[in-house]
Amino acid sequence: MDFKGFDRPGGPGGGGTRSVKVMIAGGFGTGKTTMVRSVSDIKPLTTEETLTEASADVDRLIGVADKTETTVSLDFGKISLNDTLMLYLFGTPGQERFWFLWNGLFKGALGAVVLVDTRRLASSFRAIEEMERQNVPFVVALNVFPDSKEYPLEEVRDALDISPHTPIVACDARDRASSRDVLVALIRHLKERSAVPLESR
Amino acid sequence: MSAPRRPTNPSGLERYYVLTKGRSGPGGSASSLDVATLIVSRTAPAPGFQHEHEEILRRCRDPLSAAELGAHLGLPFNILAVLLTDLLEAGHVEARDPIPAHGAGSGPDLALLEEVLSGLQRL
Ligand SMILES: Nc1nc2c(ncn2[C@@H]2O[C@H](COP(=O)(O)OP(=O)(O)OP(=O)(O)O)[C@@H](O)[C@H]2O)c(=O)[nH]1
Ligand SMILES: [Mg+2]
Repeated sequence: MDFKGFDRPGGPGGGGTRSVKVMIAGGFGTGKTTMVRSVSDIKPLTTEETLTEASADVDRLIGVADKTETTVSLDFGKISLNDTLMLYLFGTPGQERFWFLWNGLFKGALGAVVLVDTRRLASSFRAIEEMERQNVPFVVALNVFPDSKEYPLEEVRDALDISPHTPIVACDARDRASSRDVLVALIRHLKERSAVPLESR
Repeated sequence: MSAPRRPTNPSGLERYYVLTKGRSGPGGSASSLDVATLIVSRTAPAPGFQHEHEEILRRCRDPLSAAELGAHLGLPFNILAVLLTDLLEAGHVEARDPIPAHGAGSGPDLALLEEVLSGLQRL
């Protein structure tokens, strides 16, 4: 740790350090945690949210009776983009029914990556719906597993029912460069999107 | 993995109750705290500070995200938010929200996106 003094003229330490965030979403077991790990500069951490008023429904689903407290964790990582800009990556909980806990989870995010396992396309439907509902710009990243079949991208687009403007890229979430390329695709998409008037998106 | 877990520390709840003096959620200036909000100390801890407050001030001499801070302190986000509210209200820390792709009312921040892109390409 860098122990800087508090007496710097002009206020607090850290000068103009800024942050941006990108969410890594997708269905259960699609590689979200793996991607956060592979691109992060820091040892990935988890932050926890405590659910104190578990509904009967949640209690039943997690199989614990009379439970009033449950913890849902969120993996996150950090990439230092330059001396003053940090990119924080947050992997959403695999179980979408917990997303409500993260009040404003997607608020203030530049955008999201939705990971899709082509062997189980349906597992990411909810994540895609959620991005559309919350108006979060996203790219779809097909995480390639050893026994994944190669589908033509247009077939995947059709099955996922996403707009022709939403990019689809293939990746290996375990690979840093490949995961980085997915983030690059997202930022390029955000730039292109901004060049098009809102109505025609 | 992100499967739900029971708190590992059985006395956890009691500890949180003590830490937050029974307040369950942040109000006021911390209610908008984001996991990616950067926290920066504005003052040095003074004698008599609550241990956790002191710890926050010490760790945030350089800006640190609320998520990282929570992970380092082993506190759930909502509990940390209560502690941060105290510090924010007393002016001991400053909070900086993550920059969204577009500022309120203004267009998309192309310069920011360009900056993110070149940072990623250097990786
Ligand atoms: N072959 C291959 N395996 C992968 C890849 N990405 C992830 N895996 C494996 O797939 C499994 C699930 O990956 P996770 O990163 O835990 O998935 P997740 O989306 O975080 O899962 P939940 O949080 O439970 O929803 C792990 O065993 C990974 O090692 C990939 O690109 N290729
Ligand atoms: Mg996970």
